[in-house]
Amino acid sequence: MTESAKPLDPKTQSPDEESIPDMSNESRFSLSWQTLFAGAMFVFMYLPILILMVYSFNESAYSAGWEGFTLEWYRKLFGDPRILTALRNSVTVALCAVGVSAILGTLMAVGLARYQFFGKKLYQGIAYLPLIVPDIAIAVATLVFLAAVGIGLSLWTIVAAHIVFCLAYIAIAVSTRLADLDKHLEEAALDLGATPVQAFLQVLLPQLMPGIVSGCLIAFVLSMDDLLISSFTAGAGATTLPMEIFSRIRTAVKPDINALSVILITVSGILAFVAESLRYRSEQR
Amino acid sequence: MSVSTKPPLSPNSPPDSGKTPLGQQWLGPVALLGPAGLWLVVLLVLPTLVIFEISLVPDIVPGMKVIPSGLDNYLLAFDPLYIKVIFRSLFFALGTTALCLLLGFPVAYWIAILAPSRWRNLLLMGFVLPLWTSSLLRAYAWVTILRPTGVLNTVLGSIGLPGLELIDRPSAVLIGMSYDFLPYMVLILYSSLEKLDRQLLEASADLGATPLETFWKITVPQTAPGIAAGSLLVFISSLGDFVDPELLGGTSSGTVARLIYNQFLGQSPNWGFGSALSTILILVVSVSIALLLKYGDRDTQP
Repeated sequence: MTESAKPLDPKTQSPDEESIPDMSNESRFSLSWQTLFAGAMFVFMYLPILILMVYSFNESAYSAGWEGFTLEWYRKLFGDPRILTALRNSVTVALCAVGVSAILGTLMAVGLARYQFFGKKLYQGIAYLPLIVPDIAIAVATLVFLAAVGIGLSLWTIVAAHIVFCLAYIAIAVSTRLADLDKHLEEAALDLGATPVQAFLQVLLPQLMPGIVSGCLIAFVLSMDDLLISSFTAGAGATTLPMEIFSRIRTAVKPDINALSVILITVSGILAFVAESLRYRSEQR
Repeated sequence: MSVSTKPPLSPNSPPDSGKTPLGQQWLGPVALLGPAGLWLVVLLVLPTLVIFEISLVPDIVPGMKVIPSGLDNYLLAFDPLYIKVIFRSLFFALGTTALCLLLGFPVAYWIAILAPSRWRNLLLMGFVLPLWTSSLLRAYAWVTILRPTGVLNTVLGSIGLPGLELIDRPSAVLIGMSYDFLPYMVLILYSSLEKLDRQLLEASADLGATPLETFWKITVPQTAPGIAAGSLLVFISSLGDFVDPELLGGTSSGTVARLIYNQFLGQSPNWGFGSALSTILILVVSVSIALLLKYGDRDTQP
């Protein structure tokens, strides 16, 4: 990770005089306590995750003492039909929600960048509201609304509700990318006789791809992680993975859930790495 | 789905500019902004209006006719039983915000100003990376650590120290929430500290200010918008947090999110009261963001 990211860092070439201000002769002591503190906070951020992972290999189910290495919990996990069904539901919801949001969110970001119109601030405010408003409020509103118009709850109502927040994350990532793009390319394509649709699909879209992909990855991870909105909008049998995990761990510590978390953390780690390196690469340009 | 015919009501369907008689002019905006706008109207704007309407009906149950008749549900929130829950949520949110600011500022300062510049992006990315893991699993990790026979007490026991009883208490909730939201705080403080004019720090030191004076008179005022934005974001996120109080706080740590949850999925549902609480939550959040945007804008103008 370190090796690949270093040469991409755009700041590497920046003049070094700004990095060593007079702060250093102000007090060396201050530098060292802050370094130690920051180091401790890095440990604080990673230690719980590491502990969770280590204990998935612990033979003892109940004590925190180490009683030997085992893969028993993984075997148990993969033989658990309820976990596997929940996983399949979650992946279905996340893929569908992200797929629809990728299209709607990209169109929205391009539209917001391109046009000025009455009520644009309101449109933007509403579109980005799900980034901030607590999940519980969105969950409640969706449930009440679905009941009011008489739509039965199912796996698809979860998808519909997830699109609302996935849209916002993808649109944010796309507009960030859009802001650094050369607008003249698309104009040139139009001048050369491309139709607006051709210019959009063949010139703009390929350039937006890194933004779209990294937005989709964030949205996918958030959709897979959502507990509240899914709980409120899930029909009978449409249990998602967070709902299944939640119902198990609220009573006790379960080592097979530790095993599951190792797998989930590894997958989201890989997705995070892909998304971040895409972001690096587009920043470098 | 009869609802989908309603969008003309929406305030955000792109209006066609009257200047051009050509139909072409509004085709683009509608094609780009229409689909997402429609989705948001149907699944965000209308639902919010519906819960506002429902919140005005006392003792509503599913299937009942909606006749808005008063503010009883809002007054119910001031019942001593519920006001306690609201104050507890505020306490958790304020405590988490303070902890995140206290822990996050030195980290953001170190990454943005003291660390070698070539490492900054990587360090920041490394610090916020845990955000990518499930918040449910992060809370669960703290259960593993803090429970009576958990990792912390096993370690303390093995070096001869008495165990700590932290789980199922407010302290565990504060630990879990601070852990959850610290990366957001560091991220926002970093982007504010990165823009800090270093020459001001140098000038301040040259003119004989102590590091502490420089910190309070230069660094803090210069990064005030970042501090406000970070604090507000952490405050709002922790105010609506469900998982941490639920898993780490035990039965006596119910928060507003749990209270709302119970009004819909609990034993004795009360949709009207739950909608009223949600409406209050949405209003509080929207107003604070509006204030922040105004305050932030004014601060960055000069």
